[in-house]
Amino acid sequence: MEAATTAPGWQEELYALLRRNGVTQFAYVPDAGHRVLIDKSLADPEAHSIPLTTEEEGVALLAGADLGGARGVLLMQSSGVGNCVNLLSLVKGGRFPFLTLVSMRGDFGEGNPWQFPMGQAVQPVLEAMGVICLRVERPEEVIPTVSAALTMVFKSGQAVAVLLTQKLIGAKAF
Amino acid sequence: MDKTESAARRAAAVAAPGYVLDRREAVPRLIGRHEDFLFVGGLAGSAKDLAQLTNDGAHAYLLGGAMGAACMMGLGLALARPDRRVLVLTGDGELLMNLGALATIAVMNPPNLAIVCVDNGHYGETGWQRSHTARGVDLARIAAGAGIRATRTIASEAELEEGARFLRQGNGTCFVLLRVAPTEPPAYRRNLDPASCRERFRAALLGAR
Repeated sequence: MEAATTAPGWQEELYALLRRNGVTQFAYVPDAGHRVLIDKSLADPEAHSIPLTTEEEGVALLAGADLGGARGVLLMQSSGVGNCVNLLSLVKGGRFPFLTLVSMRGDFGEGNPWQFPMGQAVQPVLEAMGVICLRVERPEEVIPTVSAALTMVFKSGQAVAVLLTQKLIGAKAF
Repeated sequence: MDKTESAARRAAAVAAPGYVLDRREAVPRLIGRHEDFLFVGGLAGSAKDLAQLTNDGAHAYLLGGAMGAACMMGLGLALARPDRRVLVLTGDGELLMNLGALATIAVMNPPNLAIVCVDNGHYGETGWQRSHTARGVDLARIAAGAGIRATRTIASEAELEEGARFLRQGNGTCFVLLRVAPTEPPAYRRNLDPASCRERFRAALLGAR
C-alpha cells in the first residue's frame, strides 16, 4: 500500500481544520505522506505554501510567524526531525508555540532499513527537546488528535508533534 | 584571555586587507532610521550591533543561540506582517550555517524583507578564526545564485547612503553583504532571555492578545 495512492478523506478535512484554526503558513520538505496538505496549501490564495530545503528552516520560520502574530505548521517526514534538533532550542527557550505533523517512516512494516535509525529516534529526540508527541494510528483519530494539538499549541503555547504512524498512512515497501 | 583575544583580532585584521569599514559606524549608517524596521538579529556581533542601535528595543528579536535561524525567522515574520519592513541583520558565520534559507527566501521573495550580512570574514566570538568568506566564499554571489534578484556588496563608506535606500525599496527581497573590518562589535549587555524577548516583541507589535 503506497501512502501516495491512498489519499484518505481525513487529509481534506485536516486542511480545513488547520485553516479554520487560523493556520496560514504551511512549511514543508516535499513528502508523499503530506501530499494532499501541500497541494491544498499551494492552491490556497489565502495561505503561504513554503517549500523548505531542510526542515530546520521550518522551525525558525514558524517562530518568526509567531512574532508577527501568524500561525503555521511544519509538515515533515520522520527523518526531518533529526534536522530540526538544535533549532528546537528556539522553541523551548523562547516558549514559541510549535505545531508539526510528522509522517512516520522506520516503524510499522517499514521495508527500507535506512529509515529505522531516525524513525525509531523521533519520539525520544522530540521529547528531549520539550516537544509533546501525539501518535495517531487510526483514520478516525486524526481530526480529534490534530484538534487537540491545535488547542495545546495555540491556546496553551506548547510544542506538539502529531506523529502520523505507518499503521495510519501505510508502509512503503522498498 | 582578553589579551590573547585582541592579539587574535589584530592578526585577523592584518589578514583581511579588503575589509575596512568599522561595523560600529557602518551598521547604523546603513540601517538609518531603525524605527522603520522590525529586526531579527543573528548571534554575537550582529545581535550586539542591533542592541546598541535600538537600545535593546522591543522591535528587535536577537538570537543568542539557535545558530542558522535568523534568515528564516525573518521570512516567517515578513510573511506574517506584509505591512511592515523586516530586516535580518546577521553575520557571515550564522548565515553560512543555513545557506539553504537563501534559496527558500528567494522562492518566496517577500517584498518587505531585507537581509544584511555583516561579513567580517571571521568567527569573532570564538577567537577570531577565519570564516569561509575570508577564504574566497562570496555570500552576495551565493544569494544571487540562490535567486535573490536584488543584491549588493558594500565595502566602503561611499556606498552606505545608497545602501540605506536600497534596503527600503519594495520590489522583492533584497540582500546586502556589508564587508567590515574584523573589529569588536559594540559592548552591549542585552536581555538574553529568549522567552521574555518574545513576549516583549509581540506585546509591542501586536498589543494585548
